[in-house]
Amino acid sequence: MNKEYYGKLIFEQSVPGRTGFSLPTDSYTANLSDLPQTLLRGESPRLPEVDEPSLVRHYTNLSTNNFGVDTGFYPLGSCTMKYNPKINDEIAADPVVAALHPSQPDYTVQGALKAYHTLQSMLSEIGGMAEFTLNPYAGAHGELTGLMVIHAYHDARSDTRRNKVIVPDSAHGTNPASANVAGYKIVEVKSLPDGTVDIDDLRGKLDDTVAAMMMTNPNTTGMFEKNIPQIAAMVHEAGALMYYDGANLNPMLGVARPGDMGFDVMHINLHKTFSTPHGGGGPGSGPVGVRAGLEEFLPNPRVVYDEEADLYTVVTDSPDALGRISAWLGNYTVELKALAYILSLGTENLALIGPMATLNANYIKDSLKDDYLLPIEGRCKHEFVFDGLRDKSTGVTTLNVAKRLLDFGFHAPTIYFPLLFHESLMIEPTETESRETLDRFIDVMKRIAREAAETPQTVIDAPHNTPVTHPDDTEAALHPVVKWSDLQPSATL
Amino acid sequence: MSSHRYLPHTRRDIDLMLERCKATTVDDLFADIPDELRLKKAYDLPGELSEPEVRAYFRSLSAENSPLVCFAGGGFYDRYAPAVIPALMARSEFLTAYTPYQPEISQGTLQYIFEYQSMMCELTGLDVSNASMYDGTTAVAEAMMMCVAAARKRNRVLVSETVSPITLEVMKTYARYHGITISVIPATNGVTDRAAMQRMLADGDVAGVVLASPNYYGILEDYTGFADDIHAAKALMVMTSHACALGVVKSPGEWGADIAAGEAQSLGMPLNYGGPWLGYLCTTNALMRKMPGRIVGATTDAKGQRVFVLTLQAREQHIRREKATSNICSNQGIMTLYASMYCSVMGAEGLRRVNNLSYGGAHSLAKKIEATGLARLKYPDKPFLNEFVVEFDSSTLADMFYDTAVAASILPGIRLGDKDMLIAVTEMRTPDDIEDYISILNDFKDAKLYEEDE
Amino acid sequence: MIKYLPSHEYARIEGQEAYIGISPYAAKQLGNVVYVDMPEVDDELEKGEEFGAIESVKAASDLFAPLNGTVLEINEALNDNPRLVSDDPLKNWIIKISISDPRQVDELLDQEAYDALCANEQH
Repeated sequence: MNKEYYGKLIFEQSVPGRTGFSLPTDSYTANLSDLPQTLLRGESPRLPEVDEPSLVRHYTNLSTNNFGVDTGFYPLGSCTMKYNPKINDEIAADPVVAALHPSQPDYTVQGALKAYHTLQSMLSEIGGMAEFTLNPYAGAHGELTGLMVIHAYHDARSDTRRNKVIVPDSAHGTNPASANVAGYKIVEVKSLPDGTVDIDDLRGKLDDTVAAMMMTNPNTTGMFEKNIPQIAAMVHEAGALMYYDGANLNPMLGVARPGDMGFDVMHINLHKTFSTPHGGGGPGSGPVGVRAGLEEFLPNPRVVYDEEADLYTVVTDSPDALGRISAWLGNYTVELKALAYILSLGTENLALIGPMATLNANYIKDSLKDDYLLPIEGRCKHEFVFDGLRDKSTGVTTLNVAKRLLDFGFHAPTIYFPLLFHESLMIEPTETESRETLDRFIDVMKRIAREAAETPQTVIDAPHNTPVTHPDDTEAALHPVVKWSDLQPSATL
Repeated sequence: MSSHRYLPHTRRDIDLMLERCKATTVDDLFADIPDELRLKKAYDLPGELSEPEVRAYFRSLSAENSPLVCFAGGGFYDRYAPAVIPALMARSEFLTAYTPYQPEISQGTLQYIFEYQSMMCELTGLDVSNASMYDGTTAVAEAMMMCVAAARKRNRVLVSETVSPITLEVMKTYARYHGITISVIPATNGVTDRAAMQRMLADGDVAGVVLASPNYYGILEDYTGFADDIHAAKALMVMTSHACALGVVKSPGEWGADIAAGEAQSLGMPLNYGGPWLGYLCTTNALMRKMPGRIVGATTDAKGQRVFVLTLQAREQHIRREKATSNICSNQGIMTLYASMYCSVMGAEGLRRVNNLSYGGAHSLAKKIEATGLARLKYPDKPFLNEFVVEFDSSTLADMFYDTAVAASILPGIRLGDKDMLIAVTEMRTPDDIEDYISILNDFKDAKLYEEDE
Repeated sequence: MIKYLPSHEYARIEGQEAYIGISPYAAKQLGNVVYVDMPEVDDELEKGEEFGAIESVKAASDLFAPLNGTVLEINEALNDNPRLVSDDPLKNWIIKISISDPRQVDELLDQEAYDALCANEQH
């Protein structure tokens, strides 16, 4: 991170006549001006005119005003901010892959299809599923696709009364949002004080209008839902399917498989568990897996392998498929990164991820529970939730603690989620952080707790050391300024 | 315990940490998981590969792919990718960051998204852009859902037959589950039938109308009067284009569209066998709060600096849950960085040059194909930008030409079934590439060559 | 006469018309209002139907119609200054409707019942 803030927009560095591009000379006779004027723009778009050195410096300086996993510890709960190996980026930058057009005949892209098919089989093994589609572009897109699988399954059985999806009150906000997009009404099921699903409450909500129950396990408080076999049995008894939100899959690597827990459909966030970089929010990848019997509902296109002919084929018109949810086979080079990651670790090291991620989380939790309020005792898995500081008399909130962490070179944890607690502070360290990093984080968290007691204003006024501090969110929402020309309405470049 | 380079824990680390957790073994941490659920055997997966072995594995996979000289489009094109872009995108402060929830340490991401939004507003001629769409197909599907949400009680959407069939297929999938009715407006001679649209609007219940420019066949349709028809029916007008074209063709805003949504891959992004690409979605101020996805806004901080934050978050899934305008929670961060760097490199003049080269090449190729006498423009009186449909004399000829071209490392276009082929030319195709294309086609001039095979 | 829905909308009844807004309790929970989404004049509303939404920076809440009726007027001042709702929610109503089924008024919560509901929610 840079202490200096370089806030000038690229538009503000534009000088008429400067050029950043390099194109061959135009030797064709036909010209855009042959087109009828009514089909052309009235005015050119106002885009920057910058030379290459200025452009490179602008974006490089912007990058120094950013915090990534490579910059420092990123204990963002539910986001699995693990190290992103560099070999994966190298593999994904293959110029041959870069040039492949989706419409190429199958026989010219056998390598690409083989990579797709190999990764889908590996994810099936890890998830305990029969088949995966890699087409969904993100976790939320995977949820939507998975719910469409469930919808298509019930439709195929002419079981059309099912119009509800059950989600725990601790669920990620995307679960109910995805269920709504997929056309379902949402029924919330309560959590017990230990954060797990209240089975009695669930029982009363299950009937023949329920299409599915969406869960993540471990749940958003980091606790393993140990009644999962019973929950799955109840849901199946009611004729509904079990959906596994893979956001919290990381601690299950080497430990347990969603398929064995009774889940029928699941998604995986490759950008979490399989370490493809988050890219400032995307592109991600959200493959969806299904148990045997549901494969036919997976979306088109599908990659099919004919073992006898040793040939991979793309099927675009599978009749029972739920439909199509993407232009082609998903975020292909993101898929390559995940494949490189699995191969680099191998079966033995993959199985260490869950245990080491869990050890790291418990280590932080047990080191800090005297200073921060731990609403749920016991072993957590990959993450856990504090309900703010233990000492509630200081006036220091979870938001203040989060902002104070920025001063010490740490990203903030996830805050005010899950909604079960007022001052949620959700910490997920992942397996790739060393004991030394965790110790430094623990020291800083203890120091902040001390400051809250002794000099609370220091924490309340944080951050102090960041290039930018206390942006006015209310003003931003009240009078949205969402583009350069809003700043200077009559500007020309 | 492990000696893998991604996993820092030594035996000593583990012992010290377990002691703090009052556990004896790592397994103790999982004592709450019912034994019958525990994974009892190793995953049936390959063992660890060293870095050289990983490279070799992917090299051999890559060798099973054939890069072709690309005359295929259909919404995704082989484009010039300026060298500065991958170099800057690889900066890991950008690449390994999460969604910019903490503006104090995320101004890099927030600012490039703001710049991206500004550029997309310029290109589309609309007021506000999000930064969250996965690709063009899903962006148009989101636009469709936005129309229905804004209309409150109407839930029918009209889509022109000239919209990409892939986009239409994705829209139909979303519509099927979300309870939206899609009606397709027929096309006449490659363009949307306005009279048919007017009749369908008159039937009522229409929340939105989706039109394409350039359309799937590469044609630049004249949409004069369409916005009036659509707005008179209280429906919203959605226009979809591949983003590069917006540098020169009449913008959605100029046509009177309320929403512009489509694929931004044509802003120099590698084809990458389907992704990652970028969808864009822009709209008017009036509809800003109905828009899905992340939006960055400018504000000031305590030091009085102009800074950027995620704004209008009250629309989003993490606050509104099932009442959110969409379930989208990505922002397509690094791809919006790609698009904003591309627009900065090119500027308006660069975009004009790219489009002019593509236009010139496409018209040159079209003319030369017609000169062979083996195929002709399917819609000869319609203006096109960089893509066009030709009709071959027979489907056998089209098939044979396609296969022969591929064998010669040329992807000659996209087969539209029967005798038709959709052909695209971009700034990446040289006059020599065009000559090669024609010389392969010329080999079929001897009619017997293909008739015998019929 | 002022009556409430359990979802915190109020209806101030004046003859055949009602002014609809959100209660001071709801306004306090929401914090600084940054946007109010309102229906159009002449829109027909049904009791319980969603007619708009109200947003603060970190929260949002749908607005539900307490009564059947037709929208006569929307409070245009809220477009420029949505914070008026935070400052004085009773004075700064959101929409004005004509009441089409007066019997529905009796079904709404009176002040005492509504206060009890809020007191209960705070626990």
